[in-house]
Amino acid sequence: MDRRELLGGAAALAGSLALPRGALAQSATEISFFYPVAVGGPITKLIDAFAADFEKENPSIKLKPIYAGTYQETIVKALTAHKSGTPPVTSVLLSTDMFTLIDEDAIVPFDPFIKTEDDKKWLASFFPAFMENSQTGGKTWGIPFQRSTVVLYWNKELFKEAGLDPEKPPATWAEQLEFAQKLTKKDASGNVTQWGIQIPSSGFPYWLFQGLSTQAGAILANAAGDKTNYADPAVVEALQYWVDLAQKHKVHPPGIVEWGTTPRDFFEKKVAMMWTTTGNLTNVRSNAKFPFGVAMLPGGKRRGSPTGGGNFYLSKKATPAQQEAAFKFIRWITTPERAAQWGIDTGYVAVSPAAYETAAMKAYASEFPPALVARDQLPHAVAELSTHENQRVTKALNDGLQAALTGTKTPQKALEDAQAEAERILKPYR
Amino acid sequence: MSAVQPQAPAARSDPYGPKGLALTLESTGAILLALIWILPLAYAVWAAIHPSEYTTNFVLTAPLTLGNFSRAWAAAPFARYFLNTFVLVTMILSFQLVLGTLAAYALARHDFWGRDVAFALILAQLMIMPDALIVENYRTMARLGLVDTITAIALPYIASAFGIFLLRQTFKTVPRELDDAARVEGANPLQVLMKVYVPLARPTYIAYGLVSVSFHWNNFLWPLLVTNSVEARPLTVGLQIFSSTDQGIDWAVICAATLMTSAPLLIAFLLFQRQFVQSFMRAGIK
Amino acid sequence: MNTRATATVHGWLLLLPAMACLALFTHWPAVASLIESFYSTPRGRRPARFVGADNYQQMLADPIFWKAMSNNLWFALGTIPTSIALAMLMALWVNDRIVGRTWVRMSFFTPTILPMIAVANIWLFFFTPQYGLLEQIIQAFGGSNTNWLGSQDTALYAVTIVAIWKEAGFFMIFYLAALQAIPPSLGEAAAIEGASRWTYFRRVQFPLLMPTTLFVLINAVINAFRMVDHIFVMTRGGPDNATTLLLFYIYQVGFSFWDTAYAATLTCVLLLLLALVAFAQYGWLERRIHYR
Repeated sequence: MDRRELLGGAAALAGSLALPRGALAQSATEISFFYPVAVGGPITKLIDAFAADFEKENPSIKLKPIYAGTYQETIVKALTAHKSGTPPVTSVLLSTDMFTLIDEDAIVPFDPFIKTEDDKKWLASFFPAFMENSQTGGKTWGIPFQRSTVVLYWNKELFKEAGLDPEKPPATWAEQLEFAQKLTKKDASGNVTQWGIQIPSSGFPYWLFQGLSTQAGAILANAAGDKTNYADPAVVEALQYWVDLAQKHKVHPPGIVEWGTTPRDFFEKKVAMMWTTTGNLTNVRSNAKFPFGVAMLPGGKRRGSPTGGGNFYLSKKATPAQQEAAFKFIRWITTPERAAQWGIDTGYVAVSPAAYETAAMKAYASEFPPALVARDQLPHAVAELSTHENQRVTKALNDGLQAALTGTKTPQKALEDAQAEAERILKPYR
Repeated sequence: MSAVQPQAPAARSDPYGPKGLALTLESTGAILLALIWILPLAYAVWAAIHPSEYTTNFVLTAPLTLGNFSRAWAAAPFARYFLNTFVLVTMILSFQLVLGTLAAYALARHDFWGRDVAFALILAQLMIMPDALIVENYRTMARLGLVDTITAIALPYIASAFGIFLLRQTFKTVPRELDDAARVEGANPLQVLMKVYVPLARPTYIAYGLVSVSFHWNNFLWPLLVTNSVEARPLTVGLQIFSSTDQGIDWAVICAATLMTSAPLLIAFLLFQRQFVQSFMRAGIK
Repeated sequence: MNTRATATVHGWLLLLPAMACLALFTHWPAVASLIESFYSTPRGRRPARFVGADNYQQMLADPIFWKAMSNNLWFALGTIPTSIALAMLMALWVNDRIVGRTWVRMSFFTPTILPMIAVANIWLFFFTPQYGLLEQIIQAFGGSNTNWLGSQDTALYAVTIVAIWKEAGFFMIFYLAALQAIPPSLGEAAAIEGASRWTYFRRVQFPLLMPTTLFVLINAVINAFRMVDHIFVMTRGGPDNATTLLLFYIYQVGFSFWDTAYAATLTCVLLLLLALVAFAQYGWLERRIHYR
């Protein structure tokens, strides 16, 4: 190719690409919409289909869904876009990012949009456990959409081999340890070939740990999001239990367990029980070549699991017309029928009790009962750890957990250090 | 065996070329290291052409499939990512060559006030690489309204100290007489540049072009930050977003996607590897 | 006099496009980072204010910063000499008429072509405990399990190995080109004098490769500070920051904690480090290199 030709082409392209996105003709209200994908399956196709249906019913609104990566990447994108002036009108971001988004002055509460009785009924229709992470200071800042909790998956075949009842998952910490001991297998040279249990600890260990700490009776942060309890004795006890599984009882792999490979470990029968998100249900169902069960997490002093996943947020920098249109879309997509469909297709927990009463969900649950476990666990669920400067405060805990799990600090010391760091960060917010 | 074989008379003999046992040892060493080096690619091929349950079990009788490729292709708009990356590397390279040529010509053959300062300022970029300045550069792009465009990915890289430096060295080796002869014929400085210097620096352009293309084809951090949408996202970012579902890693599909996305460069290198090395040699990048 | 003025105008006109870009995307951001490092991070409605050296004090008291610095130092010490030595060895090998030369050369070069972000996933599999490739091999020889990426003792080594694998083949090309440019007459002369293969390498080839080594060294140093792509996939800086490198930490602070002022402070340290390295290299090595 002639280089001059190439250059001309590149320059023309540069010109056309430099056009700001918003400069397109705006006859309809355009809503850009960032969302992450955190589970497998054709999520982008499902969202595109929802968007097309919505546009058909509301021709005056043009919906532009943008798949922005993982949760981490999506919030990075949404906030950088906010800082540079053209944020998406609505985004699905972690429920725990609420305080951060408020502090950055990036979102508006939903309350002004709740006008009619019907609106109020809709707002009250969500599971209360999910609203804990969506409201603060008497205002609603997020609407639950793709929400999950942690559950325990077990391999029934391996249970049978170990002489355990394949239909009975562990219900307490003691049982969990006892089962795991029976399920751990070693070869002649002493190498473990099959672990009893595995709780992933890469990336965001705090989330799974929150299951343990809740079961130990602790709450990791206050509702105002400006004080953490990392060094509480119950929290130390929870971490000690986790560390002991690996280091003392040797029924859990030592060091950090990779979140991404945990389902594969389970499929390869390298582990008999795993803790992971309900969002993995569809994945496990299609890839496990053996019968498996799904159960609530075992209880310590009580049962418990954090909720997780994403909420809808409304951008402050959008025009009132755009916000109104986005609100309409959010209401539309969270109706019981659509919430049920979304839950069935993805494995997420449908966000309202009414969704579980729909015909589609009932049919699905009778065919595949594990789909109901997450819902049944919700009464025991607590809000996911969320504070001001959330990323930094949870990183302090993550670092502490990883230090204890890799054996460089005792649980006590690791959590004290994490608490000190969290104190330093949160002090200005009180 | 080869020790007693006479050297082919036509080839100039290399007195230090290994023979006999030395050759065997050296070849074995090289092949062993090469095996380690090719292992990730070999594994990618294995995982990509077998069903998912064989990604970690190396059974020779495992059934073959192309399903992973079609799943990967359907799961993300790779065609669009390809186009974006192609536009991106073309844009960067063409600007780098034009800006680099002009600047290198000035530095190599013009004696003017402030030249050494300018050269030092340019060389500073060899150390202050654009990757270190992601925070500030993002802000600049936001001010220019360029966030989420291919132009924004390209801009920090289009003036390349490395390219200017290489071309300056090459231009310096062009005999002055050729320059003078062209001027006597009435060519202006730009014509001299185009008619004398550029054609003689061809190997440098090729070698530099290859380095630039392979670098920007694979660049990740800056494009990750500055793009949001499918319309601007290059292959690497698309690949990362595609493979990082929190749900767990499916190596079969990831490997298929990796092979698809690297295929153009791999094939190009296979076809042109001799010319590639030769252009490096002639370019004097050594 | 007049021609000098004309030359200056011409010279600067030619330089203008490149200098403008460099000023906008290299010089200005570097200066802006320095300025910003003396201000606080604006948040919501609170604007930035001048805080003097507060950010630097915070940095000196930040254990993660020191961890990232020491990690980066070990990462540099691990990658730079090893990849250069391997590159030289590879080039010497494929420069000889060894068996399967074309194939070997291609193998060495493939890592350069494959995107780091993609091969990191493959390396993740190699390092996976129990059924990962490395473990399968070790177990076949009766070794014991290691959680390569999940233990603080081995995680940094693991990401260092990936970096060496990635860059050695790229550097090899430069050495190969340099070796092929050495006149064969030098080898013949050395042979007549009865020099051994090792002496020939040490006294002739190695010194002639020095300019290449300088060039490769600069690249290796820069790479030691900019290669973080695989960290995103393999460890995200964990366990407990054991694989957090400086640039990765800058990304985290800047784009995940939104503490842009602190990110600017870290950026200044990175720039300072690179500048020191540059001075050391130009000053010290320039004198030791035998230019032809």
